[in-house]
Amino acid sequence: MVKVTIDDVVIEVEPGTTILNAARQAGGDIVPPAMCYYSKLEGSGGKCRTCLVEVAAGSEKDPRPMPKLVASCSTPVMDGMIVKNKTSERVHENRGAVTEFLLINHPLDCPVCDQAGECKLQDLAFEHGSSKTRYEEPRRTHEPIDIGNTIKLNQDRCILCYRCVYVGNQLCDSRVHGVMHRGEHAEISTYIENSIDNDFSGNMIDVCPVGALTDKTFRFKSRVWFLKPMNASCECTKCGGNAVVWMFGNQIYRVTARKDEYGEVQTIDGKTAWICNECRYDKKEVSKWNIEGPMKVDKHSVISQGHYDKPNPLNDSTKNLK
Amino acid sequence: MISTHELQSKKPPFSEESLKEVNRIISQFPEGRHKSALIRILHIAEEEFGGWLSQETMDYVADLLNIQPVEVYEVATFYTMFNLEPTGKFVFEVCRTGPCMLVGSDQIIEHIKNRLGISKVGETSADGIFTLKTSECLGACGYAPMLQCGKVYHEHLTPEKVDQLIEEYRAKYAQLKNQN
Amino acid sequence: MGRKLLLEHIDVPGIQTYDVYRNHGGYRSVEKALKTMSPQEVVEEVQKSALKGRGGAGFPTGMKWSFLAKPEGVPRYLVCNADESEPGTFKDRYLMEKIPHLLIEGMITSSYALGANTSHIYIRGEYMFVLDILEKAIAEAYANGWLGKNILGSGYDLDLYVSPGGGAYICGEETALLESLEGKRGNPRMKPPFPAVKGLFGCPTVVNNVESIAAVVPIINIGAEEYLKIGTEKSSGTKLISASGNLVRPGVYEIELGLSVEEFIYGDEWCRGIANGKKIKACIPGGSSVPILPHNLITKTATGETRYMSYESLSDGGFASGSMLGSGGFIVFDEDQCIVRNTWNFARFYAHESCGQCSPCREGTGWMEKVLYRLEHGQGNMRDIDLLEQINKKIEGNTICPLGDAAAWPVAAAIRHFREEFEWHVTNPQEALTRNYGLKKVAETL
Repeated sequence: MVKVTIDDVVIEVEPGTTILNAARQAGGDIVPPAMCYYSKLEGSGGKCRTCLVEVAAGSEKDPRPMPKLVASCSTPVMDGMIVKNKTSERVHENRGAVTEFLLINHPLDCPVCDQAGECKLQDLAFEHGSSKTRYEEPRRTHEPIDIGNTIKLNQDRCILCYRCVYVGNQLCDSRVHGVMHRGEHAEISTYIENSIDNDFSGNMIDVCPVGALTDKTFRFKSRVWFLKPMNASCECTKCGGNAVVWMFGNQIYRVTARKDEYGEVQTIDGKTAWICNECRYDKKEVSKWNIEGPMKVDKHSVISQGHYDKPNPLNDSTKNLK
Repeated sequence: MISTHELQSKKPPFSEESLKEVNRIISQFPEGRHKSALIRILHIAEEEFGGWLSQETMDYVADLLNIQPVEVYEVATFYTMFNLEPTGKFVFEVCRTGPCMLVGSDQIIEHIKNRLGISKVGETSADGIFTLKTSECLGACGYAPMLQCGKVYHEHLTPEKVDQLIEEYRAKYAQLKNQN
Repeated sequence: MGRKLLLEHIDVPGIQTYDVYRNHGGYRSVEKALKTMSPQEVVEEVQKSALKGRGGAGFPTGMKWSFLAKPEGVPRYLVCNADESEPGTFKDRYLMEKIPHLLIEGMITSSYALGANTSHIYIRGEYMFVLDILEKAIAEAYANGWLGKNILGSGYDLDLYVSPGGGAYICGEETALLESLEGKRGNPRMKPPFPAVKGLFGCPTVVNNVESIAAVVPIINIGAEEYLKIGTEKSSGTKLISASGNLVRPGVYEIELGLSVEEFIYGDEWCRGIANGKKIKACIPGGSSVPILPHNLITKTATGETRYMSYESLSDGGFASGSMLGSGGFIVFDEDQCIVRNTWNFARFYAHESCGQCSPCREGTGWMEKVLYRLEHGQGNMRDIDLLEQINKKIEGNTICPLGDAAAWPVAAAIRHFREEFEWHVTNPQEALTRNYGLKKVAETL
């Protein structure tokens, strides 16, 4: 085991663990945000640069600080390493800069975006963004396109995390979409408008940190915070059938995989609980599911408001306003 | 390794000569790493199938190397040398980067536009013979301004030299046409 | 007359061919290494020579070699980086075109040192005509027993191949190069693991620049001790300099490191001064990525000392008043040149060449290009100048690979030394639009 200090929290982890995963083992607010890294997708990470941290001491043996900020998702810890995340002014400043870079070409169309409320970019902008933009140039625009019958690609919102590409590589029999072109013209595309049609392709929607890939069976149906997410299961031989059904009254509006506090699909019985397209798109009847109970929602999430008959502070405060 | 016989069964076929070349290139890489040959094969395909990479051409190359078509599209769109749309018979690629600009590449680009009667870079002359493109530093900074056409570097350009070049390529075009 | 180690025989007619090259002492280093030295001794000789990587970063070649992992039963690779794409640099092309066997000889000696039995030269796709020259030379080397099985009866086998890129500056970054050589997009890899541990096809790999590999030949021939006598204490040996821009005699020159910058620009043996009788305004001494030097800091440092062509002297003063030797792409600007236009031109280059993988580079290079385009075309304001400084500070150091730094430094240096010229473009928009070129500026954006 190696010992690493992250923001004054001392953690012991297996050798080879990355700084980010070490922080996640400890939990709490020392965990850097990650827009592209996804622990269940091999090869992911390193690209978005939001998880940059300062290494104040490289290791016990060589305690020199690292000159540049490093991507915590792809830098392994060393014994005696000292990492600064929320306690570093430099990290704070540069994370703000990365947020600005991610937003300059973003359409900021949250009011009409299905991802709003569960969008990682929204969270990041809330924590590290500025209320004003310094970007005066025309933004990149693309027409939203269908990639397959069930997925809408809205390239304007994409942050090029490559997660969906890894899903194509690692979950599907064949990959038909990828990143085309390069530089600021890089985009997710099928090049010739091939449709993505594969048993597990729907997981691209779940791994997308923003609203670039959305579920066409749910598009514009409801804001997520009006829905009640319930853990549910079904007898599915393809995927195991552990999912979350998002309900309004007795109706199921959409089905997603079960996700953990970092927005990643949960590991259930030692396996990543990806769900198949049949569970995701074709089982919208309550009778097809065994509904287990409410999904745990972080109290800071907008989704938690007004749910499960808890007292709603928002409603209370409006009363006071009268 | 993919055998020549196997390669020939794939359509639309490369010429026998190209297939031999493709096989030679594939053999330079270890077993199972034949994707390494992709970029060079795309160069050959572009030359053989009309100077650009159509979707059919790319799918053929994917089939040849036994990889997903999207892997070919990703690569072809990443590298700037590959034309994804039809071009004129000859493509003039004028270097536009700093060292060339210092000694007049902007004027050369303007001059070519005027001579070919096109309004912007990327267009093809009405007769279909020339396409004008610009490119980033081609490694001829000491012999600037310059343009590349096919494999050939034309350096120390002046407007007069450009006129001469255009004439030479026109003649070459006429010759090619007569042969066919 | 400086000593020539690489280009000594460059003017000999037919030096491109095997016979002439061999008659002028070619392949002696292979004989010496394979017959009289162990691989480890070759590595040590190169380490002793203090040869610094000639591609631009200047990392000691011998040290890089010493990092190569050598697990049992796993092949190791030497890959030559011939993706020369740094604006202002064309020395590798010159070397490969004029004296291809020198590179091949260097590849054999170096591969032997590293224990590689297959080596690759990755050459930029635009140099396809050079690839033909190299393949011809490789065929000659095979025919004469310098490549293949059991070279010189030593029991050492080596196969050497050349592969082209498809047009991407980023493939000069070593991990992007390896991706490209594997037939993929040239996206730089996350490090660690470094190529010395996990490189080409997941095997330990060394990637070296063309000139670095060529320099191994004279180092083995004359010995590290003799090599160290050439150049300065901190910059040993000779270096190929690609001179371009407004010079009387641009071209590729082999200099002994430590030649004075003044001598190089004005000396009869070298560039012979500024073209058309004009004065020098600025100079970029090491390829477009390194900071630009204004006229008063070119031949003298900020403290008034003579500036030399060496790693240490060109960086004297740090980024405040110095620059870097980089790849040796020496670009000279005469008094009529517009710094803003040039800065925009380079910003466009980096935006065009960004792979788009990481956000600061993908978004930041494009942003800088657009702001600089406006400034240069008379549509900027004073705020834009500060904005540029802020953007480039946020790209620098925050990216996966050094392209972010390479894009940020030129902009920072241009504003540092020529701020007034940027401000002039804001206060004189009309003139900014027409100055310098006689033609109305209609330059394209990306």
